[in-house]
Amino acid sequence: MSAQHEAATADRAQSASSAGWDWSRRSTLIGLALVSVVSMIVAIGLGPVWVTPPTVLRIIGHHTIGVPEIASWARTDDAIIWEVRLPRVLLGVIVGSALGVVGVTLQALVRNPLAEPYILGVSSGASAGAAAAILFGVGSELGAESVSSMAFLGALGALAIVLALARSTGRITPSRMLVAGGAVSYLLSATTSLLILFADSTEGARAVMFWLLGSLANADWSTLPIGYFGMGVGMVLVFWWRRRLDLLALGEDTAMASGVDPGRTRLILVVVVALCVGFAVSLSGGIGFVGLAAPHIARRIVGPIHRHLIPASAALGALILVWADVAARMALQPRELPIGVVTGVLGAPVLVALVRKLPHNS
Amino acid sequence: MIAATGIDLRLGAVDVLAGAQLCTRPGQVVGLIGPNGSGKSSLLRCLYGMLRPNRGAVLIGGEAIESLSQRSIARAVAVVAQDTSADGIGITVGEFVLLGRHIHRGDHQGFTDHDRRVALDALALVDLSGFAERSLHELSGGERQRVMIARCIAQQSPVMLLDEPTNHLDVRYQHETLMLVRSLEIDSIVVLHDLNLAGRYCDHLALLDRGTVVHQGPPENVLRSDVLEPVYGIEVRRLADGQHTYLAFGPPSL
Repeated sequence: MSAQHEAATADRAQSASSAGWDWSRRSTLIGLALVSVVSMIVAIGLGPVWVTPPTVLRIIGHHTIGVPEIASWARTDDAIIWEVRLPRVLLGVIVGSALGVVGVTLQALVRNPLAEPYILGVSSGASAGAAAAILFGVGSELGAESVSSMAFLGALGALAIVLALARSTGRITPSRMLVAGGAVSYLLSATTSLLILFADSTEGARAVMFWLLGSLANADWSTLPIGYFGMGVGMVLVFWWRRRLDLLALGEDTAMASGVDPGRTRLILVVVVALCVGFAVSLSGGIGFVGLAAPHIARRIVGPIHRHLIPASAALGALILVWADVAARMALQPRELPIGVVTGVLGAPVLVALVRKLPHNS
Repeated sequence: MIAATGIDLRLGAVDVLAGAQLCTRPGQVVGLIGPNGSGKSSLLRCLYGMLRPNRGAVLIGGEAIESLSQRSIARAVAVVAQDTSADGIGITVGEFVLLGRHIHRGDHQGFTDHDRRVALDALALVDLSGFAERSLHELSGGERQRVMIARCIAQQSPVMLLDEPTNHLDVRYQHETLMLVRSLEIDSIVVLHDLNLAGRYCDHLALLDRGTVVHQGPPENVLRSDVLEPVYGIEVRRLADGQHTYLAFGPPSL
């Protein structure tokens, strides 16, 4: 056998092996998507009133594609599933996915594995806006969704300040972003604390605290489309630039020399993910850990390439949040726990386990 | 072809480059040498748009760099930078080299079989066939540097810039890396600290001192004691063993 033929055979074998690896990652992604869908259906049925998955599917089918109503489910089941639990789980799916994708994006943008959706200070802005609405009725003219609206406005305000600070001395770099986000976060957290102090209302402080720790309890059909549109568009844009994220993770010079302007790409992606966080926080409060844990778990399952990492992190974020919500509403029935408490309690050991398994030089 | 002329660069309060000039030479390896802080890496970074000079012109294929998109610049110039971020993220050698194909595909387009073939060929060219599935952080320093060069080969840009590619390598890998660069016969500019390596593997040298290219020419014209001693502030002697000429350095002249 000639040397040339041997080399060609080795290359073909390598191509086949690469293709096999790619297929295994695709299979993992399909598996994750299936587990997410099954989890959604089971989670919708779980609660003080247990509804079986087939009934859940029939009720959803009845409302969406006209599956005929049958006597096996009660009117109350229909109301519980369609009016309460389905919107709640759907909100969990979109918020969890968005937090997972935002976490992955920010970890690449600032090249720091500890980056998570709230490092930009956007959630602190949302919290300050929500606290002003809850405690002082600011923005009540915005209607029934004044808390969410004020939270979103607060998030936009925080983003504007962070960008102004990070860009004031030239190109946005990872360290400028982190420092600007940290400064704004401290400032707006202090503002929220001051608002609570000045309001001098125990009930108001409790409401703000519950909001700060996050909950899916306010999910309803009227706000879901806005959330799905805002966060969905953001996630699609991030996925569109997935290879830019791969290159940014390799370093500023390598990205630049590969045709990606790090400053411009970072600026656009920061705005996109900050808006995603704004939507997520305004609809469900400040849910922690999902945006940090999901990317780390996803990276261990599908590797560091964003073509696989973004969908895997979205699916894992959705899974974590949907099950954390089940735990939040079932652990201390009839009381509901703030979801941030559940994600914190579950997320910390997961992260500790991941840290212990990190390669020594990463 | 890249040509930089009259480059002034100020970073913060420091004048890093003052009227620096440098250009590639067809099929040749140009070595950029000079003491620490003389502006070698900064001048190189001006050539691919990472730093924008305050004055002077960088021309790529005759066009001003400011008029080109970053993607167009990358089509003309591939770079082995000093970035080490890739080491910690768990990327495989194959994935890393394949990313060199980014400029040939739209943001939303996946890589094609042709791209994979080019990446594997690039790995074969740097003698790393069979390494595609290995993790980048598992490699030795020399292997890692060859992977960096393979990514540039996969990028298929006509010019290659290398920023201190022999840093942290033992003597054998230093020679192997530069032999590889030379064997590619691509227009290259290499920033080097080791003057003996520069003399051995470069066709042309540019000596930078305090932001200005003070001497340019074939190695034998630049690696002379009367040229190097005032720039480095040390005693320089040339030794010959019949085949090669070596430089030996004495203590700093205080």
